Amino acid sequence: MKSVLLLSLFVFLPCSNPLINLGFTSENSFLSDSETLKIFNFEELENYLATKDKTKTYVVNFWATWCAPCVKELPYFEKLNKEYSNKKVEVILVSLDFPKHLETKLKPFLNKHKLKSEVILLNDVDSNTWIPKVNKDWSGAIPATIIYNQKKTIFYERSFEYKELETELKQFLN
Amino acid sequence: MKKTLKITAVFLLLITVSAFTTQSNIESQGYKIGDDATDFELENIDGSMVSLSDFKEAKGFIVVFTCNTCPYAVAYEDRVEALNKKYADLGYPVIAIMPNNTEVKPGDSMEAMQKRAKEKGFTFPYLMDEGQKIYPQYGATKTPHVYILEKYDEKNIVKYIGAIDDNYQDETEVKTKYVENAVDALLSGKDIEVKETRAIGCSIKV
Repeated sequence: MKSVLLLSLFVFLPCSNPLINLGFTSENSFLSDSETLKIFNFEELENYLATKDKTKTYVVNFWATWCAPCVKELPYFEKLNKEYSNKKVEVILVSLDFPKHLETKLKPFLNKHKLKSEVILLNDVDSNTWIPKVNKDWSGAIPATIIYNQKKTIFYERSFEYKELETELKQFLN
Repeated sequence: MKKTLKITAVFLLLITVSAFTTQSNIESQGYKIGDDATDFELENIDGSMVSLSDFKEAKGFIVVFTCNTCPYAVAYEDRVEALNKKYADLGYPVIAIMPNNTEVKPGDSMEAMQKRAKEKGFTFPYLMDEGQKIYPQYGATKTPHVYILEKYDEKNIVKYIGAIDDNYQDETEVKTKYVENAVDALLSGKDIEVKETRAIGCSIKV
């Protein structure tokens, strides 16, 4: 039964990934200086992700500097990004820090921890509209992570240890 | 043959369901709209024990799972207080419940709750979910997380689940006041238009 379920998910999930299917695709239009932190609303985030390499697997983590369990697991995402970069895996860290704390909290945090994964500040107060677009079951609690590629999407409203994260990722890489 | 048919039917059902859903590891738990919410007996910041059944005159409740340490919850403190000021006398008092494990979040200890309530002049009960037994029954996952209940005889029926309004960053930029609209609708005997909303919040610490 399980394998049937998995099979059906495999067949149909590509249609249901909101992060890669919505929005137009315009190569490079959103790519900017890597030194500059991108600040997007949700539509801009979707459009940006749509411009990315479709042969890769993406691990998108929603976090904030004020979220202790998020900060605790950041090193695992960083490690994953490093260890699996040669396997066409890319980690994107979507910060939900308050924009008014950009200069006082987020930027100092990024400078201190020298994160290698791409960080995007999502500034979109209309969460009732965009949260269900990421996943219909997401209550809005962070940390939350979505792993997807062209074949498959899985959403997680939970914290991870490195091994757990790696186990989840591996099922995307076969 | 029968068995094959059955399997085919289940298979088709699974395909239909999964075509519209993204796989996630979330088990939907807790209350849905229309469910009968449990009462409780939880310690308030003044040392008293508080239950919903204590509020004989209430028409319902604005139950808010909130805490001291979550920036989203803090951003809404004044708005929660304003809700109580506006609606307690109309029959819908705010009942705030702090769901976090205080060993993980010492900033949410009873002492810290008492201090914060005093600083902010909270006029609503601010209760400790001792043993973390109540929030899972409601299905709260984060702070702040609101459940509006309406009294029917001895029952408290869930009428709204979600966010307070649509702008956590700036109260002056709020376009839709979800909780106020819902309570106003209940008070005037109308249907609640938006019964469930989503918002970012801090995961409840276990």
